Amino acid sequence: MSGIPHDHYEPKSRGEKWLHRRLPIVSLLYDTLMIPTPKNLNWMWIWGIVLVFCLVMQIITGVLLVMHYTPHVDMAFASIEHIMRDVNAGWAIRYIHMNGASLFFIAVYLHIFRGLYYGSYKAPREVTWIIGMLIYVLMMGTAFLGYVLPWGQMSFWGATVITGLFGAIPFIGESIQTWLLGGPAVDNATLNRFLSLHYLLPFLILGLVIVHVWAFHTTGNNNPTGVEVRRTSKKEAEADTLPFWPYFVIKDLFALAVVLVLFFAVTGFMPNLLGHPDNYIEANPLVTPAHIVPEWYFLPFYAILRAFDQEVWVVIIADTLTGGIVDAKFFGVIAMFGAILVMALAPWLDTSSVRSGRFRPMFKWWFWLLVVDFMVLMWVGARPAEGIYPYIALIGSTYWFAYFLVILPLLGVIEKPLPQPATIEEDFNDHYGGDHGTPGSGTAASAPSPAE
Amino acid sequence: MSHAEDPSGDRRDFLYYATAGTGVVVAGAAAWPLVNSMNPSADTRAASTLRVDVSGVAEGTQLTVLFLGKPIFIRRSTPDEIEAAQAVELSELPDADARNENIGTAEATVANRFVSPTGGEEIDPSAGGWLIMQGVCTHLGCVPLGNGAGDFGGWFCPCHGSHYDTAGRIRRGPAPQNLPIPTVEFIDESTILLG
Repeated sequence: MSGIPHDHYEPKSRGEKWLHRRLPIVSLLYDTLMIPTPKNLNWMWIWGIVLVFCLVMQIITGVLLVMHYTPHVDMAFASIEHIMRDVNAGWAIRYIHMNGASLFFIAVYLHIFRGLYYGSYKAPREVTWIIGMLIYVLMMGTAFLGYVLPWGQMSFWGATVITGLFGAIPFIGESIQTWLLGGPAVDNATLNRFLSLHYLLPFLILGLVIVHVWAFHTTGNNNPTGVEVRRTSKKEAEADTLPFWPYFVIKDLFALAVVLVLFFAVTGFMPNLLGHPDNYIEANPLVTPAHIVPEWYFLPFYAILRAFDQEVWVVIIADTLTGGIVDAKFFGVIAMFGAILVMALAPWLDTSSVRSGRFRPMFKWWFWLLVVDFMVLMWVGARPAEGIYPYIALIGSTYWFAYFLVILPLLGVIEKPLPQPATIEEDFNDHYGGDHGTPGSGTAASAPSPAE
Repeated sequence: MSHAEDPSGDRRDFLYYATAGTGVVVAGAAAWPLVNSMNPSADTRAASTLRVDVSGVAEGTQLTVLFLGKPIFIRRSTPDEIEAAQAVELSELPDADARNENIGTAEATVANRFVSPTGGEEIDPSAGGWLIMQGVCTHLGCVPLGNGAGDFGGWFCPCHGSHYDTAGRIRRGPAPQNLPIPTVEFIDESTILLG
């Protein structure tokens, strides 16, 4: 599995040997659980476990909710109220599922920005990063489909606006939109297929999560220094790492417990804090809510979608050059998907050979500006598209693209990185004050020894 | 059975391509019904025409029906409203196209937007007229408010502030086009056929 030298599973009893010759599943589990993990991982390395927990929680609560839900335009809204009022603990299961989606996205954004800061996307972890981006896109799809199911006003009009994005594709857009909806507008056929896909996608995500874990078990974890674990000998590797079980499992479970305290405080006392009151009004195709807003986790990309109206010069140029094929609406759609695409391409856009932002004095500032930009876009995405707000959205969108397409490629050339520690062991000992009897290459001689 | 010449040349290549080609065609033929099953079903397609009884619509009122999942505004306009629409120069309109599916590309004049209750080509304001259009804002698909709403006495979209005049033409705001007029005809004096 891992390229880092470590102990492997040895079947001992006759029964273990019998099974191992036929199906080495215990060996697979052992190597997965005992993977050597850099011992300097900080608290930003807990979100992976939180995300796995969220996925499992959403699947379990979701399977239970489907048992009481009716996917029909006349009954869907009432069946949600049936879950809330009549089903035993139905209110709890639904509120956990509803707020679980928010926890899922909080965790994924922290996980993604962790990767962006510590350069986890850089070689040799590009495949892990790409798979992660695919998971993120599937998560957004799943969340959108799920939000339609309660058949409230925001469900209906959100579905109308978002499927309308596909209608903006030149020439074939309207056929695609009709195909997606199963009719000329959002209706019963749409609701049925949205439930089907909402049930399907989490299992695709589960499959991709396994591939994601497999990929970083092959390359080894990144860590806050960005310095690789030494692989020259098992002794040196053991000086840089600790086995995942029990050290990191216990740490992650502790972090998960803290996160869940906050999660259940919100779910229990403010279950509708992140929801929208209009979604407690049944869907009505004759009345539009005054202000359609997506769920909070879509807002940054919704802001980018709306930022490019017909008065922005790049839009005007694109419109003119393509003879009106790329109009403002389609340009916005391209920009929204492009914003995710440039993030997925970060491994090839970042030219710096230094992984961790800790040793990149200029990068740090730009990175934190990107975090602020993300928050600003999230805020402006919830504002109406009038007055000063479109300008803020446009500036925010421009920075998002500039960060990935201009700043990351240039920084690698102009920035002078700070000195990095030679090994993870050295960084660990500096931080925790000396050598705690680690079986590595000693206190003083922590530089990587020659390979012989 | 044995062949003296090398059998691996053109003949084997041909077999590879023929097999792969057949495989692709069969896979495509098998996939298409599955993909097509997501397109609108027969009952949805059958619902693509609708008869509406408009005998109860008095002058100055509007009937809203749901057709193909979208609201259709059916308004019996007053003479004042039609005169107000006639008074507007075409050059003042952001969108000078009639957006009328029944006549194709044409100027957004009163004659090209309204249907005469007497059945003639010309619109006589004193007799009133029918304005039948899809009630979906051309900006982002919201349903505009009617009954003289907005600064031009027609419709007003509350989502992003688009004002439509008494002929359903966009006058101010972010919407790019006039409210579209669907395929519609009077099959008798009090019944219209949509679609």
